[in-house]
Amino acid sequence: METMKPEILKRLYYQMLRIRMVEERIAELYPEQEMRCPVHLCIGQEAVAAGVCANLSRDDYALSNHRSHAHYLAKGGNLKAMIAELYGKVTGCSGGKGGSMHLVDISVGFLGATPIVGSTVAIAVGAALGTVMQDRHQVTAIFFGDATVEEGAFHESANFAALKKLPVIFVCENNLYSVQSPLSVRQPGNREIFEVAKGHGIASYQGDGNDVVQVYQIAKRAINRARKGGGPTFLEFKTYRWREHCGPNDDFNLGYRTESEVRDWQKRCPIKRLKESLLTDGILSNQDIEAMISDLKTEIEAAIVFAKESAFPDKRMLLEHIYAL
Amino acid sequence: MTNRELKFFQAINEAIDQCMARDASVYIMGLGVPDPKGIFGTTLGLQQKYGSKRVMDMPLSENGMTGVAIGSALVGMRPVLTHQRMDFAILSLEEIVNQAAKWHYMFGGQMSVPMVIRMIIGRGWGQGSQHSQSLQAWFAHVPGLKVVMPATPYDAKGLLVASIEDNNPVIFIEHRWLYNITGHVPEETYRVPLGQANIIREGSDITIAATSHMTLEAMHAAAILAKENIRAEVIDIRTLNPLDDSLILESVRKTGHLVVADTGWKTVGFGGEIVARVAEKAFSYLKSPPRRLALPDCPTPTTPALAKHYYPRAVHIVATVRQMLGISADDAVPDEPADVPLDVPDMTFTGPF
Repeated sequence: METMKPEILKRLYYQMLRIRMVEERIAELYPEQEMRCPVHLCIGQEAVAAGVCANLSRDDYALSNHRSHAHYLAKGGNLKAMIAELYGKVTGCSGGKGGSMHLVDISVGFLGATPIVGSTVAIAVGAALGTVMQDRHQVTAIFFGDATVEEGAFHESANFAALKKLPVIFVCENNLYSVQSPLSVRQPGNREIFEVAKGHGIASYQGDGNDVVQVYQIAKRAINRARKGGGPTFLEFKTYRWREHCGPNDDFNLGYRTESEVRDWQKRCPIKRLKESLLTDGILSNQDIEAMISDLKTEIEAAIVFAKESAFPDKRMLLEHIYAL
Repeated sequence: MTNRELKFFQAINEAIDQCMARDASVYIMGLGVPDPKGIFGTTLGLQQKYGSKRVMDMPLSENGMTGVAIGSALVGMRPVLTHQRMDFAILSLEEIVNQAAKWHYMFGGQMSVPMVIRMIIGRGWGQGSQHSQSLQAWFAHVPGLKVVMPATPYDAKGLLVASIEDNNPVIFIEHRWLYNITGHVPEETYRVPLGQANIIREGSDITIAATSHMTLEAMHAAAILAKENIRAEVIDIRTLNPLDDSLILESVRKTGHLVVADTGWKTVGFGGEIVARVAEKAFSYLKSPPRRLALPDCPTPTTPALAKHYYPRAVHIVATVRQMLGISADDAVPDEPADVPLDVPDMTFTGPF
């Protein structure tokens, strides 16, 4: 593994912290019932989005699923437009018609997120095909969860990406649960997820999804390889969702997972881990971090004010955008 | 040149060819697209002309490849995806209905999915329950999809060019029994706008609105009725969504009678939509209850002995019209001669398709 430049480490820390703070603020405000759409928070999983997207350029593409806030933000998506979208406002990134599960920011190559598991994998592979057909040297990253490899659409897409050696990075965030169903009732225990992709002839790696440096380095190799025409790579990162599947709360009261399991994973918080090493190595000081937090609070509050003060879409918007002109 | 005639399949081929020549972003794919049979001849010669990158065979992954087509459309391509049977496209409903149809709307109109999905329907020759379905009503039900069913070579070319140039997902439904019919097709590129029905035979006594191959059956019926001095007006619906009901309403206001002949099933079928619109908008003009000619509500049987009772034909339209106009007491159809095969489009057809 190469040594990480301090600037990159700081950027990764800032990115994860920003995502965490946005998500926590959404969770605080959600009970006001002004964000009237399902929200799938990614608290605990920030490292994967931050580590992968730090290797993508603005021209590269990324697509995602229902749990997409981190991917949207890490790819450079506009925060104000995201918060306004959650509030259903006309200034939202999808004009209020999408909500949390339909984020998009074309200006930074975030082509869209939709919540039908597996479908955006095929669409991402298609985007990669489109770039190759037009001789454009872009890489497309697709973020999805562990259950996606149970979908036919995933296997169909992986087969085609391998066949055509497309510049796609399959990023699997294995957080061990699909809604409340654990991996153990969905997939055979004697097989790791990343091994599935190997069966399609795709280079495949596994990493600690709560170690942003590891994510960054594994993703960097894969993305560079894709950029040079080396074809797709599948990356499995093990991580953990702290909050309930959908909504702002804890959920160990449901009994599908134990509080101690959640606490164990929280001890492996990706942000805390990096913070400790940055402090130890003298790359950041506590004052630096306080300043970051303060700046982020200001930015996030401004986005919330923007969202709350924005107008709702007019009634006439209901029947607009059904067909493109 | 003005009277140049082509077969329906040649008109499809020419439409694709001309679109590919005009626009480098157009590409076609589907299982068997470049194979020696070339999808009933509709894609023959195109790979030789445009290469294997733009004329692609593909893995047998209907859903995944529909997603791939969508993704490529999002970044500037214009895919034309072909399914040799509409039944196979059922595997891709997720990508069509959840993704392609809604991408423009759910992201607030910022992106569009210009793509054509050709689906082939048919009847006869023992296609059976899973090689024969006409599910246009499903697709026409979904906002965001356009649904097109040409019935003539002229419309096949003009509607396909318009569909490929359209910035939305278009379900383009071709009936196998139309591939060998011949008609006037201009050589130059032209468009038949989506969302416009067409009066293909004028009349004043009864309105017959039809889709796809049933338009031909309606024309046969109109010719038979003409010998009895019944002047039927035949309207080819051509585009099911967006639906142009103006010609049908205007016609019914004139004739007072409506028959809808569709290639699909009756219950919750497309014919019901036409009848409903006429009931809502022209009820007072109706002199008799509108009638639907459609498939009976059962899966397609394979044996010709049952299939002949399954598909409505011109004789059924004629019998229905006679009853509606009070000429016959019922719509019973006399038994057809046993030596007339009903499971092929014409006598030159010897299977297996």
